[in-house]
Amino acid sequence: MANEATAAHGSHDHHPHGWRRWLYSTNHKDIGTMYIILSIVAAIIGGAMSVLIRLELMYPGIQFITDFQFYNVLVTGHAFLMVFFVVMPAMFGGFGNWFVPLMIGAPDMAFPRMNNISFWLVAAALVLLLISAFTQGGPGTGWTVYPPLSNVEYHPGPAVDLGILSLHLAGASSILGAINLIVTIFNMRAPGMTMHRMPLFVWSILVTAFLLLLAIPVLAGGLTMLLTDRNFGTSFFETSGGGDPILWQHLFWFFGHPEVYIIIIPGFGIISQVISTFSKKPIFGYLGMAYAMVFIGFVGFVVWAHHMYTAGLDADTRAYFVAATLVIAVPTGVKIFSWLATMWGGSLEFPAPMLFACGFIFLFVMGGVTGVALANSGMDLAWHDTYFVVAHFHYVMAIAAVLSIFAGFYYWIGKMSGRQYPKTLAKIHFWMFFIGVNVLFFPQHFLGMAGMPRRIPDYPDNYWGWNYVSSIGALITSISTVLFLFIVWRTFAAGDKVPANQWGEGATTLEWTVDSPAPFHTHEVLPDMTVQAPAE
Amino acid sequence: MGIIRSRLFVLVPAIGLAIVFLAETAVAAGRSEPWQMWFQPAASPVMERIIEFHNFIFIIEVLIVVLVLVLMGYIIIRFNAKSNPVPSKTTHNTILEVAWTAVPLLLVIIIAVPSLKLLYYADRIEEGEMTLKVIGNQWYWSYEYPDHGAFAFDSIIIEDENLEPGQPRLLSVDNSVVLPAETNIRLLFTSADVIHNWAVPSLGLKLDAVPGRVNESWVRINSEGDYYGMCSELCGVNHGFMPVHIKAVSKADFAAWVEQAKQEFAGENSNAGVRVAKADTRVR
Ligand code: HEM
Ligand SMILES: [Cu+2]
Ligand SMILES: [Cu+2]
Repeated sequence: MANEATAAHGSHDHHPHGWRRWLYSTNHKDIGTMYIILSIVAAIIGGAMSVLIRLELMYPGIQFITDFQFYNVLVTGHAFLMVFFVVMPAMFGGFGNWFVPLMIGAPDMAFPRMNNISFWLVAAALVLLLISAFTQGGPGTGWTVYPPLSNVEYHPGPAVDLGILSLHLAGASSILGAINLIVTIFNMRAPGMTMHRMPLFVWSILVTAFLLLLAIPVLAGGLTMLLTDRNFGTSFFETSGGGDPILWQHLFWFFGHPEVYIIIIPGFGIISQVISTFSKKPIFGYLGMAYAMVFIGFVGFVVWAHHMYTAGLDADTRAYFVAATLVIAVPTGVKIFSWLATMWGGSLEFPAPMLFACGFIFLFVMGGVTGVALANSGMDLAWHDTYFVVAHFHYVMAIAAVLSIFAGFYYWIGKMSGRQYPKTLAKIHFWMFFIGVNVLFFPQHFLGMAGMPRRIPDYPDNYWGWNYVSSIGALITSISTVLFLFIVWRTFAAGDKVPANQWGEGATTLEWTVDSPAPFHTHEVLPDMTVQAPAE
Repeated sequence: MGIIRSRLFVLVPAIGLAIVFLAETAVAAGRSEPWQMWFQPAASPVMERIIEFHNFIFIIEVLIVVLVLVLMGYIIIRFNAKSNPVPSKTTHNTILEVAWTAVPLLLVIIIAVPSLKLLYYADRIEEGEMTLKVIGNQWYWSYEYPDHGAFAFDSIIIEDENLEPGQPRLLSVDNSVVLPAETNIRLLFTSADVIHNWAVPSLGLKLDAVPGRVNESWVRINSEGDYYGMCSELCGVNHGFMPVHIKAVSKADFAAWVEQAKQEFAGENSNAGVRVAKADTRVR
């Protein structure tokens, strides 16, 4: 099971220095760090875009974005950045790289060089995306890129092509990363670290990796067809040539729905580790938790057309998708109740990571119940493409994912940097962020109920009130984000040193057995897990 | 604008709540109210059923959120390290685990039954008394009346500076689409360029207009009045500026309007559906 050769090889701790250490890196920790830095950079850009949108929508009438194509590009760019370059790199690339090997007792990833190319592909993709946004008007298609709008007649110029190439690179990166993590998890576990003993974070990354492996190729196929429609005269998505624009929607959402689980499932994993640690108890219903993720991943592939209820699908098709979508509520409920049951009877501490975990549960439940409501095709007649949907998905996936990233950050930054984050500031950060996002997104439910469509730069005057409140929330959120950047700086500049296990008896997973900061090479002698209790 | 901004200083939630009650009693709104938090009043049988169904699932939603919040609150107070220094070691409870799988499953079934009923009810009607054809264009709607001599016309937004008193901004059009109240109307949708979506919240209407396809839906407008909506599928630069304005009138008035419209739009009917999008780039 474990790779003896790798373990035997590296007792000497020489490693490259300077730019070589990073550019040529094959070290899972360094690559994980680079992913996290890339994620923070992209978050600043993508976050700034969303603040511009909210400032434009603060009052009725056009405020300062007079070019509506630019407005659409902001919406599109914000979504692509947040999904592909903030959340995925942070959770899957960043924490996945850093902590999967540490948690399963492996010295590194299975394919260290492939790990390197995965990172640099996503870095290149980020550059391409930014170039795309500033090329001849940019892609104003929304992140769904529906043809014919995304076709060459309505988006001439290379912006959409550059966007497609960017997604191709990001997709290739994800596929390689997924293969790497799957092989690592299946083959490099320490002796005694059976599948059913793996920490839930590792399970979450494993499920996510399979989702990526199966979903991204479908997106890539669709994108390639769009590319040839645009440039080489094919007409896969053009009715006049025997194609069908709805075909794109099926392909896109076959990828797109699993994608939202790709975003949130690693978050499940992080939250499970954090809650177990600070309850000082193993996870309640460990197997149920692991297989709930597997089940969610599975069903996630057969519900895609709930995004297409108003596209004109026939009633029987929609009836199936209603039923299938509702079923996902069941494993989701299992997860929420198991987290609560883990806390039940525990001896709870509430440092910053635990606060973010509790915030996560609230947001996820809120977004979950609106999701169950949206699953009904009939309700979509009222809600499809309104701000209700925007509120729903920011609650259930976007902001919930960000909360879990913050939880993971505060939980592991001691291990990654060897330094203690400023505790009080981190709590203030939580409260500001939590209040900010709720003021930001809760009123959007009301806007959607009242019928306000999404993706519009101006709105009828009667929608003003809650838009104003929402924009105030965006400002609170962005101030809290500046505070976070300050906290990061403070941690590195003046943080105290932390011991190997800074969280005490609740932290039972293997990453807490190595020094802080984790040395360049870890688990060179494989930990023997054969006699230990499950590391849940 | 000034008036709107000065309202800022009033207690926000108080106003919000007050408006909900106002909105619930409002007569023939057809569009949203300031600070509205709920649906626009239903003006069609479909919307009535949507609201009815929503009232039902909304209770379930609130119960779930409250349950989780109460549990969390209790746990945080009861089991924090001060009140409970020694953690328990319980990690399994089969009955509990079966229960929290089975109860949600039951809830899902309870939701699915009325949900599917609503789905099929809203889908289409066997026999419409008349048909309206809706064609999406970048960035305006065209309407065609195939049962009334197939006259057709475009319906284009009125710019802010040309609004007359009483015309809501971003919702008013030059030629509103006139329909008879209390009539089963079959609706056909298509598009001349990209995908648009014809949506009228108070009527529970929302369907894509897809080029090369014809989608079908239906509506019965309960009473005369003005009903407004906006394009609900991103369709390019001026997506935010192609509103829908339905004027529902009595059957007699509708017949009179048809006669007049036939004259007025006589020259336009030949090409409404097939016209290629005008490159109407609004610069403000
Ligand atoms: C915390 C700060 C955030 C703010 C203030 C924010 C704000 C917004 C706004 C104003 C829109 C435009 C809504 C519309 O016009 O339809 C939007 C759309 C969107 N956001 Fe966010 N968002 C945030 C975080 C995120 C995150 C973390 C993610 C991803 C995981 C995300 C994913 C999306 C997506 C997918 C869309 C839809 C874009 C489209 O319509 O094509 N957002 N967001
Ligand atoms: Cu979905
Ligand atoms: Cu539109």
